[in-house]
Amino acid sequence: MTQPTSGGDVRLDRISKTYGSFTAVHPLDLHVPAGSFFALLGASGCGKTTTLRMIAGLEEPTTGTVRLAGEDITALPPYKRPVNTVFQSYALFPHLDIFENVAFGLRRRGVKSLKKQVEEMLELVQLGDFARRKPQQLSGGQQQRVAVARALINHPRVLLLDEPLGALDLKLRRQMQLELKRIQTEVGITFIHVTHDQEEAMTMADTVAVMNGGRVEQRGAPAELYENPGTTFVANFLGTSNLIEAEITDKSGGDLVLSAAGGKLAMPAERCSAPVRTGGKLLVGVRPEKITLAHAEDAGTVPEGRNRITGRIVDSSFIGVSTQYLITTPDCPEITVYEQNIERDARLVPGAEVVLHWNPAHTFGLDAAQDIDAGTELDEEAA
Amino acid sequence: MTVTATPEAPPDDAPPHKPPLIKPAVRKRLVPYWLLLPGILWLLVFFAAPLVYQASTSVQTGSLEEGFKVTWHFQTYWDALTEYYPHFLRSVLYAATATVLCLLLGYPLAYLIAFRAGRWRNLVMILVIAPFFTSFLIRTLAWKTILSDSGPVVGALNSLHVLDVTSYLGITEGQRVLATPLAVVCGLTYNFLPFMILPLYTSLERIDPRLHEAAGDLYARPFTTFRKVTFPLSMPGVVAGTLLTFIPAAGDYINAELLGSTDQKMIGNVIQSQFLRVLDYPTAAALSFILMAAILTMVTVYIRKSGTEDLV
Repeated sequence: MTQPTSGGDVRLDRISKTYGSFTAVHPLDLHVPAGSFFALLGASGCGKTTTLRMIAGLEEPTTGTVRLAGEDITALPPYKRPVNTVFQSYALFPHLDIFENVAFGLRRRGVKSLKKQVEEMLELVQLGDFARRKPQQLSGGQQQRVAVARALINHPRVLLLDEPLGALDLKLRRQMQLELKRIQTEVGITFIHVTHDQEEAMTMADTVAVMNGGRVEQRGAPAELYENPGTTFVANFLGTSNLIEAEITDKSGGDLVLSAAGGKLAMPAERCSAPVRTGGKLLVGVRPEKITLAHAEDAGTVPEGRNRITGRIVDSSFIGVSTQYLITTPDCPEITVYEQNIERDARLVPGAEVVLHWNPAHTFGLDAAQDIDAGTELDEEAA
Repeated sequence: MTVTATPEAPPDDAPPHKPPLIKPAVRKRLVPYWLLLPGILWLLVFFAAPLVYQASTSVQTGSLEEGFKVTWHFQTYWDALTEYYPHFLRSVLYAATATVLCLLLGYPLAYLIAFRAGRWRNLVMILVIAPFFTSFLIRTLAWKTILSDSGPVVGALNSLHVLDVTSYLGITEGQRVLATPLAVVCGLTYNFLPFMILPLYTSLERIDPRLHEAAGDLYARPFTTFRKVTFPLSMPGVVAGTLLTFIPAAGDYINAELLGSTDQKMIGNVIQSQFLRVLDYPTAAALSFILMAAILTMVTVYIRKSGTEDLV
């Protein structure tokens, strides 16, 4: 068997999956470019794992086709697909030692002299000394690396990762994120990574597709998704967003002028994903770290041209690098603000009257017809 | 907690604090032994005591009229062995054949229940256990009717000329099934099949289905997945099932008694008749001990060979 050194691109056309009357995945199109690190992000039950399993061949799609490097593989059983999976909870063979676990795929394909290959692969994941141990004698992180080695040694065109870091503790997870990213860059294989952890998806992936209720809500580079979410779900699920109901009062040049929270706000028109119509409703969003706080007494020092809202601090919590403030305003009950702890203003305590201000360019606009809280509760459940 | 420590002075008439009879740490150490006590007593009365009694019987000489005395007559063992070794061999052969048949019949069924039965799982399990609702003896007697010379089985096998083949192989005789090795082995297989299926099912059911998926994902065809993953992981069940079938089958005498003739007598039949009909207690006791030692040896070798210790 020839061993392709580069990854293949994956193209899903109108792929869907229904179980009885339940639709796990609505017809969806997705293109994963060759050699990219692609993340499917969503809360549990959003259809991301089902999508992954359809690519692996472990689940038969109800409709649609799966193409790998241009070739239709929809009808191929898993053992004939040049695709390997790192399973959630790893699914290592408990009766085989680490060496044999890693060698499993090569043996099945009749590869002879595999000793050197397996040893090299174990070195890559830094488990050279553990070859003769059984999986249950290894820690979670080590088992995870075995699972990656067992899949990677086959040089698949695509590596599928199903919540591979879910069982690890936070510190180890951070370490493995970097490790996986390093391996991906080294081997150049296409990685498709399923996760519910938005931070993990943003740290590792080149492209993230956010899934919700069996549909892809939005896809793009992490920074693009974060800065310019297209739906309230993405805005809330990816980090935290302050969403304020507003009305469009004017459109001047490239800017929209809105009335909200008892004042006037401005934002660039191209950052609005909703149809723009004077008098129309809009949800105005701004990320907590983009907002600056000034005490009401210093209101005069706020530069001209910035969006400003007045409010009162309800709560503050110190978390080291920054302080989180919860602020209530007449029209908007809760606005979250993250302030860097550079020069702390001692007057900013609960009860203080403040002015919130931010650069209008950091504002994004969403269709007001959506559920303003979509994606908020899910995040907590998944975390 | 903001409870301030204000030690209350004990009332004057309170009895002085007595140290406990047994220290708590010691009491804790004794708990396992207390828990073991009922089982150990039971074993002593119903297992160890009869065993010692049988051991002493096996080295006694005498007769029923004059009474038996311990004379340390170990010759009984040698005599019993030389006289009845064909029965030992036959027992091992029949039990081993029945065990292999049970494995061949039971494994696919256990596999089906564990992985494919879905919501029918419990129903199929009940069907496997259902025969236990009837007595062992009744079921074996029923087989006597089923396999009788004028019964439908013999008729069918005869018209299909199967009996010609089996007669040629020496496992049936003429136009009958009853009173042949085939009948005894079939009876043993039938009666001990559930003891094979249950442990097999238990160990198969414990296998994470994701391991099958992982094997498929790593280029193993379904049969290779079975050979390299499922079967090795079910080894504890295979070992337990074969032991639970082989051991009682080797000592069984009901099947040979009801379905066989004098030519199919197993060692269990000999022991039974020595005890209850011939009333030669020393020989019967010696045979029992030889059987026990033989089974113990075979089982030990088998467990060592199958290497189940390092299976999960």
